[in-house]
Amino acid sequence: MSLLQIKDLSLSIHGIEILQRVNLTIAPGEIVAVTGESGSGKSMTALAVMQLLPAGSETTGSILLDGEEVLDLPEDRMCELRGAAVGMVFQEPMTALNPVKTIGDQVMETILIHRAMPRDKAEERAREVLARVGLPPERYPLGRYPHELSGGQRQRVVIAMAIALRPKLLIADEPTTALDVTTQAQILDLLKGLVREYGMGMLMITHDLAVVADMADHITVMRRGEVVEAARTRQLLTGMTHPYTKMLFAASEHQVSLPETVGQMPLLAVANVVRDYPLPRTSLFARPGQHRAVDHVSFTLHQGERLGLVGESGCGKSTLTRAILGLEPVQAGHILLDGQPVYSGNKANLAVRRKMQVVFQDPYGSFNPRHRVDRLVTEPFHLLENPPMGSERRDRIAEMLTAVGLSPDDSGKYIHEFSGGQRQRIAIARALIIRPQLILFDEAVSALDVSVRAQILDLLADLCASYDLTYLFISHDLSVVRTITDRVMVMQAGRIVEQGETEQVFSDPQHPYTEALIAAAPRLPRRRPMIAR
Amino acid sequence: MSRNLILGAGLSSLVVLSALVSFVWTPYDYAALNIPAKLQTPNARHWLGTDHFGRDMFSMIMVGARTSIAVALLAVGIGMSLGVPLGLAAAARKGSWLDELIMRGNDLVFAFPSLVIAILITAVFGAGAVNAIIAIGIFNIPVFARITRGAALSLWEREFIMAARVAGKSAAHISAEHILPNVANLLIVQGTIQFSLGILAEAGLSYVGLGAQPPTPSWGRMLADAQTMVSFAPHLALIPGFAIILTVLGLNLMGDGLRDWLDPRIRVARS
Amino acid sequence: MLRYSLKRAFSLAISLAVASLVIFAVIEIAPGDPASFMLGVNAQPDTLAALRTELGLDQSKAERYISWITGMLRGDFGTSYTYRTPVSQMIADRMWVSLPLALYALALSTAIAFPAGIYAASRRGKVGDLTVMSATQLGVAIPNFWFAMMLVLVFAINLRWFNAGGFAGWDKGLAAGLHSLTLPAIALALPQAAILARVMRSALLDILGEDFMRTARAKGLSRRQALWRHGLRNALIPVLTIIGLQFSFLLAGSIIIEQVFYLPGLGRLVFQAISARDLIVVESVVMLLVFAVITVNFLVDLAYAAVDPRLRSRT
Repeated sequence: MSLLQIKDLSLSIHGIEILQRVNLTIAPGEIVAVTGESGSGKSMTALAVMQLLPAGSETTGSILLDGEEVLDLPEDRMCELRGAAVGMVFQEPMTALNPVKTIGDQVMETILIHRAMPRDKAEERAREVLARVGLPPERYPLGRYPHELSGGQRQRVVIAMAIALRPKLLIADEPTTALDVTTQAQILDLLKGLVREYGMGMLMITHDLAVVADMADHITVMRRGEVVEAARTRQLLTGMTHPYTKMLFAASEHQVSLPETVGQMPLLAVANVVRDYPLPRTSLFARPGQHRAVDHVSFTLHQGERLGLVGESGCGKSTLTRAILGLEPVQAGHILLDGQPVYSGNKANLAVRRKMQVVFQDPYGSFNPRHRVDRLVTEPFHLLENPPMGSERRDRIAEMLTAVGLSPDDSGKYIHEFSGGQRQRIAIARALIIRPQLILFDEAVSALDVSVRAQILDLLADLCASYDLTYLFISHDLSVVRTITDRVMVMQAGRIVEQGETEQVFSDPQHPYTEALIAAAPRLPRRRPMIAR
Repeated sequence: MSRNLILGAGLSSLVVLSALVSFVWTPYDYAALNIPAKLQTPNARHWLGTDHFGRDMFSMIMVGARTSIAVALLAVGIGMSLGVPLGLAAAARKGSWLDELIMRGNDLVFAFPSLVIAILITAVFGAGAVNAIIAIGIFNIPVFARITRGAALSLWEREFIMAARVAGKSAAHISAEHILPNVANLLIVQGTIQFSLGILAEAGLSYVGLGAQPPTPSWGRMLADAQTMVSFAPHLALIPGFAIILTVLGLNLMGDGLRDWLDPRIRVARS
Repeated sequence: MLRYSLKRAFSLAISLAVASLVIFAVIEIAPGDPASFMLGVNAQPDTLAALRTELGLDQSKAERYISWITGMLRGDFGTSYTYRTPVSQMIADRMWVSLPLALYALALSTAIAFPAGIYAASRRGKVGDLTVMSATQLGVAIPNFWFAMMLVLVFAINLRWFNAGGFAGWDKGLAAGLHSLTLPAIALALPQAAILARVMRSALLDILGEDFMRTARAKGLSRRQALWRHGLRNALIPVLTIIGLQFSFLLAGSIIIEQVFYLPGLGRLVFQAISARDLIVVESVVMLLVFAVITVNFLVDLAYAAVDPRLRSRT
């Protein structure tokens, strides 16, 4: 008998159709993954099972949970089921825990709300559960507060709360999306182990196809509120039929071919750079401590070269980026662009700055919402002594918008009229418009859906051919860096631990950290020969 | 546009209108004494009655609106014109000695309620409506500085500000071009609320004699005069009271409506 | 926690020092010589000089500031220019009307606002919420001294439940004292309660949108349980800020309200002192008010740390 059976589930929120006739079944001990791009309705499917949908939701169809019809259950019966029969793990461990309560209290709460027992017994149970998820009470006492734990540790606490009563069904909504690859691998292992040990069914929501392929027994692919394809994992990987599924898988391992680079003139020289941040004072009169975010980093980027910089969050890659952009001073060493120092105090050295531009991660936060596209993309003209005016300016805008695959007519629109992928194109146009010698891509494709990401990567490869780009591509995503760079550097705790030809580093890593990173990154199984590069 | 906004804007413009009309026309001379007609309740000749000197209440309320609006408006002007630049500067130099100085200065001014400032100024320079303007204005400075800094700080984290910095723009340039327009909605809403608080504060100060001095009519003074007569002529207290309540209510409704209309996400400190 | 408290105490001391300097400097600007004001135009030069020495007016500004501060620390606020009695004595009697009134009002306002705000938040968008919100919208618009006059009209003049004014004195017992402060405290508290209830409601609604509230619901807590166990304490953080600010409004308000009820508090003292140009009394009362505001905000800072563990560990 199946544990969860969703039949013809449709959902609308304030009259807007979110889900249409979704079907899904989970048996005990089975991991079923629901995958799809943003807007596919995958998270709403999970929330519908929990009956934690936003206000204004209307559902039809049927959700049978262990024989009970969830859609007909009164709220108090639903409260009995949540936490006891179904546990849920969320995406954002940093905010999923109450900041003013101890982790012990929060784990015990799951137990006490459903089972009457003395406090010390509940405490004992909480300790056991926390130990099971990898937080042994000797090192992580119950009195710890969430802010004293890292993201991965917090996610373990959330998992502990979800499994404390050994629910029959565990729902995990993008449980590792906010985590680094090495932590992700550990959390996925933990979840897999728990499912096996407890014989739970698990509904796993994720956009990451590699994670899906690795974890799930059964895959359901969704698009715009509809299930487009569902099959056992092996079956789906070998014989996917729906074009959308095929596109999705192709896009997530999308390869581009970069044109050959020419010239070996050094452009950016980073030598022994150190960047310290003062820590908050520990006492009123003591000297504040220092956090060394960048620790004696040296590298050279040559004209025409596409260099990658990979590392996990907190490794110092963003700090290094800001230092290269000349936005912050360094404590030791120097950064020269074309022979001139990039940092010049509070006053920008326009002569250096105009040789360099940047594309950021967040397609939504990168633009002033009150300006039109023409004003947005010409912002770097501020760096020029004689910025183009009138028809020349119009021509430049039109050329750039065309180069990034938009229309010159778009220059009069506001940014909210564009999708995430289009915004990232506008960001590239803004970076290119003054023809800088160097572009920094700071996680520039990380926030995009796979299909959009593939298009932007293609655009970059095209631009490399037409504009001879030299760039530094900063990312945590190994598969993207692998295809879009010639050379790569691996950064850990403020230091560059390994650098070399990209293919070389990926196929034969020398440093143990690089090896660990590559091993931890989930990969799609090879289904067919890779596209030749 | 919400019902709140329409109702609030309607009430507020009614008050502003009567203040403006009072410059050219009032039913009676607001200062003309007419002892035989004293203490009349509202009637056909004196729509809102007369006070203990026989002065026409309706005319006094109209002219009093002038005082209230002028004081509150100037006080908001002082608060904005000093507080907003300070807040922008503090945010642009976050964590620096300048930020620290501005924020500590803010805390210090918060320790002086407008009444206390008014007491100090009056003790030193003597009474007058200008005191009320300065006292309420000074109190508004940290309110605007704080709210501007808070909103500006989160904007400084945004990538479009980083992009402007990469385009070589100075902190002052960025504050003017990118930060200020994006906090403007918030400032308009907070300005409305401070305006209404200014009306209340002015009334309080005039009531205890630290604000507008006779013969300048003001709602607070009218209430002070009414106090001894409240048992036998309650309309003397009720009418100025209603004038204050309707004005403040109108401004607050307008502020709420504006907030929802301009941007549902912005948050305003109401205190 | 100790380190945090010490740090706040240090900044409390700095604030008080700077505030006293500001007050002293402003009073110094005042034109005229208190001694000649006290003795009138026909004063003999040597009597004037003697009085100036007695009042310490012949010292330098710095010396006078130091002796003012050190005097206050000993409880000596100087001598009133008009009454020739110690200022400390004049203040001591009145302080026990104004401060209890402000605290009484603060307690009332909190006691009204918390349930109202929680109720409104838990009924968001329903009739109960709309009723509470309309009432607070009106409450925010009411000037407290006018409300006080209305209370006098209804409860003292018409119903005769309370005296229209005056203060029974604490020597008649706590109940009698509180009874005469009840109408003023209500007049002060209700408009402030309206503000606080709105803040409480919106803080709670903000918290309801937080991820951890969804986590709590996923554990099996009902909406109400999640609100009480997880929402309230987090909502307290912004609410505390407002409570701290409100004290300064209530203290200022109590000085105004005293005029309505003819209460012998700091308000009456300071307004008499202003008209008599008794600047030393004004200076002392203002310092006392500012001291009270700064101290209450220090206590609020400590309360923050009790509520929010993140503050305790971050020094």
